[in-house]
Amino acid sequence: MRQALKYLQINTAPLLRRGRVLYVLPTLTLLAMLGPVLAGLAGTLAPAFGYLPAVGATEFSLAPFQDLFDWRGFWPAVWLSVFVGIVSAVLSLSVVVMIVASLQGSAFFTFVHKMLSPLLAVPHAAAAFGIAFLIAPSGWASRLVSPWLTGWNRPPDLLIVQDPWGLSLIAGLVAKEIPFLLLMMIAAMGQVDFNRSITVARSLGYRREVAWLKVIFPRVYKQIRLPVYVVLAFSLSVVDVAMILGPNTPPTLSVQIVKWMGDPELTLRLRAAAAALVQFVLVLGVIGLWRIGEVMVAKAGLAWVQSGHRGRGFSIFRPFAFGFAVLSALAIFAGIAGLITWSFAGFWSFPEFWPDMFTLRNWMRHGTALADPIRETVLLASVATIVALILTIGCLEAEHRHGLRVSTRGVWLLYLPLLIPQTAFLPGLQTLMLNFGIHSGRVPVIAAHIVFVLPYVFLSLSDPFRAWDRRYGTVASALGASQDRVLWTVRMPMLLAPVLTAAAVGFSVSVGQYLPTLLIGGGRVQSLTTEAVALASGGDRRAIGVYGLAQTVAALVPFAIALLLPRLIWSNRKALRNED
Amino acid sequence: MRKTLTAMTLALFATGAMAETDPTDWDAVLEAANGQTVYWNAWGGSTTTNEFIAWVGSRVQEDYGVTLEHVKLSDTADAVSRVLAERTAGQDEGGAIDMIWINGENFAAMKRNELLFGPFAEDLPNWQFVDVDGKSVQSDFTVPTEGYESPWAMAQVVFMYDTADLANPLPNMNALLDWSSANPGRFTYPQPPDFLGSTFLKQALYDLVDDPTPLLSSVDDANYTEVTAPLWGFMDALTPTLWREGRAYPQTGATQIQLIADGELDLAISFSPGAASAAIANFELPDTVRTFVLENGTIGNASFVAIPYNASASEGAMVVANFLLSPESQARALDPENLGYGTVLAMDSLSDAERAAFDAIDLGIATLTPAELGTALAEPHPSWMERIEQDWVNRYGVSE
Repeated sequence: MRQALKYLQINTAPLLRRGRVLYVLPTLTLLAMLGPVLAGLAGTLAPAFGYLPAVGATEFSLAPFQDLFDWRGFWPAVWLSVFVGIVSAVLSLSVVVMIVASLQGSAFFTFVHKMLSPLLAVPHAAAAFGIAFLIAPSGWASRLVSPWLTGWNRPPDLLIVQDPWGLSLIAGLVAKEIPFLLLMMIAAMGQVDFNRSITVARSLGYRREVAWLKVIFPRVYKQIRLPVYVVLAFSLSVVDVAMILGPNTPPTLSVQIVKWMGDPELTLRLRAAAAALVQFVLVLGVIGLWRIGEVMVAKAGLAWVQSGHRGRGFSIFRPFAFGFAVLSALAIFAGIAGLITWSFAGFWSFPEFWPDMFTLRNWMRHGTALADPIRETVLLASVATIVALILTIGCLEAEHRHGLRVSTRGVWLLYLPLLIPQTAFLPGLQTLMLNFGIHSGRVPVIAAHIVFVLPYVFLSLSDPFRAWDRRYGTVASALGASQDRVLWTVRMPMLLAPVLTAAAVGFSVSVGQYLPTLLIGGGRVQSLTTEAVALASGGDRRAIGVYGLAQTVAALVPFAIALLLPRLIWSNRKALRNED
Repeated sequence: MRKTLTAMTLALFATGAMAETDPTDWDAVLEAANGQTVYWNAWGGSTTTNEFIAWVGSRVQEDYGVTLEHVKLSDTADAVSRVLAERTAGQDEGGAIDMIWINGENFAAMKRNELLFGPFAEDLPNWQFVDVDGKSVQSDFTVPTEGYESPWAMAQVVFMYDTADLANPLPNMNALLDWSSANPGRFTYPQPPDFLGSTFLKQALYDLVDDPTPLLSSVDDANYTEVTAPLWGFMDALTPTLWREGRAYPQTGATQIQLIADGELDLAISFSPGAASAAIANFELPDTVRTFVLENGTIGNASFVAIPYNASASEGAMVVANFLLSPESQARALDPENLGYGTVLAMDSLSDAERAAFDAIDLGIATLTPAELGTALAEPHPSWMERIEQDWVNRYGVSE
């Protein structure tokens, strides 16, 4: 046997060498994904405990925390962050459950699914600008009914955007999270045999909604638990959306951290680092709280399932589900329409529904300046996506060939970069990078993007990759193809559509990155997103319109390509087009 | 030839920042600057400013072979953080930032922490045109610049008002309070510590105190509580009459322009006398907007550029700073079609042809003449701004 192995080793030496690369790929992937996060957290620790020699702070102490707790806005900011985080997560999850429970299987559901999917790619900042213009007292909603209905010739002095409860911030977050959770839910439903389960439940007399809630939801929730935590952590610590839609007296803790990081009073860096740690603990605490809530809901749900209620009266949720689905899509579509209109607007006063005139002037003013950031954005996103794809496919192939399967616990690691607030580790990472003499610029920014791109690429590719029918591989091997050849000539072509979709997801994630590009790039790397947020500080809606649209297009084009390319390449191979 | 050789030798060994040429040897500066790329970190929230900087870039490329990259900031302090982070890490050369648009507390902080290159400003060839006597170009918020930053534009507080809703200018802060009480929700200011918001507080303080002299020295030397008491009395009365009852504030000055165009505000503070005219030209404001200054005068200051101590292209940055002081650049900046910023040059130091270029500029319908603007009041010492900002945040900034 040993001799047989030896014999094999000699003959297949090149193959095994490549195999060894496959062995280290999973480790390399984890390193690329978690290394920067852990390093950044470590880099935040020292200043949080009073050590930042550059401002003359060399004594370890708890003073930064004392200073933080003495800030009068501390508890309001913490409360606001927690409130916004929990309420947006509860709302988005409830709406998605309502939509799926009462509408799945209907033609309208397919329509909603198709309509909401592209919305996932709309960058958060662009969506937030659009929504802000819709709901502001001088926004489109108000213009629609003024002055003929309201008598308003001037916008009413109402605190809608930036309200102290963060309600408009919650609305903006929910509108963006519904498509995300819905797609996650639909993907998870593919894993459970929901059609037959529903049929059985319904034949036992359960109503459609109740059947779904009792039979499918517990199984589906188990699968989307981590995405729900991502939504929770994201709403709790988001920066760009909160700057546009959130209150400022005081703002959420994350926004305040960014403000302190940027204050000319340099000793505030210490307070910012302390707050970053608090932010981290806050996310952990709220996830823990949510977990307790899960257990309680599960207990109550179990009792409800055992009670055997067939559930009359649940159909009243259907119009709500319908309404929320439409509202969520409308908010983003109308918001983008607002961006388009502003980008072509001449003078446009309240309460006019349309501008006095349309002009190309705004596009001509900004058009030439757009070229460089577009090039940079595409470059960053392409390289980050390609690296993420190589690592992901390598990991999945290693799993396939050598059984190096990520355990259920390992899946947590994938989600870690999405769960740890960006404000908690990026500033520390910036300082660390400098300590090791790594210059800011494109390469570190790409590395920072990979941290966020990789999990999404992995998550969207792993299921189709694993679901691929191994028997094709067996047949190919039987015909004498090597494992590599099976990968390149059988598996990859068959998985073209999911690979492209994963690439599009990765690309759009990279396009949307604001803090990593700004902080790690040292300001020298200017993407569409950093330019758009910088312009947003000027409040020029025409410029915001132009940049917001450019950003949206950059994120959407890859999805269009991912949709069209398989149809073109496999125009004569219908089964390979992966049409749902 | 020898210079070229020296430059080449330096280029061989230098990582960039080592070649810190003496600013008095201008030929050497020009030589070293040729081919350099200057990363100018400047606030990127204004389209007109961005366009102006792009124009400067094309001109210095043409004349001096310097490539100018505008790093658009949402907050100047981001650049300060960056330099600080670099020093923390011991990156004392080859830094990411070559030049910063700066003034006030950011300058004071950088100078105090020795994060600046220089002195260089008064050695620039075009310094000869600068109006050293008439304009506050050698002190920045009472902090002496000592050549560590070079001026490039003058700014003065004006109030923009929509004549369609507010017929006459307001003479002082108490008149502003009366008007705002009678027309609640039509006025606000950017949220401090935004630069312009803090300026509004200082302007109000100036107008309300009997004797402004304590403001010109450090806050520690004065009775802070007593001096600022009239300000907080005024603010307590004003806040409930503000836009959104003072429960939310615009985050920047430029946002106010959008709010006037939307008809939400009738009155807003600005630090750029020509900004209203420029905004009208760009459809951003209705053409009924005009500007005024208070009877007792308004605060004025200069915008500067400074070079971080670890800049990679300090020579290139000096060339750009010098170009910004040229009559050509100053006249372009003054024109509201482009920027509408006040000039730092003394008109009598210019040739007739150069002066004619300035005279030919149409300042725009909403811009006051230099005579109408009057003499600007000096900025208070930066320590006042820090205390007032802190106090404001405690009183109004975390009220919800």
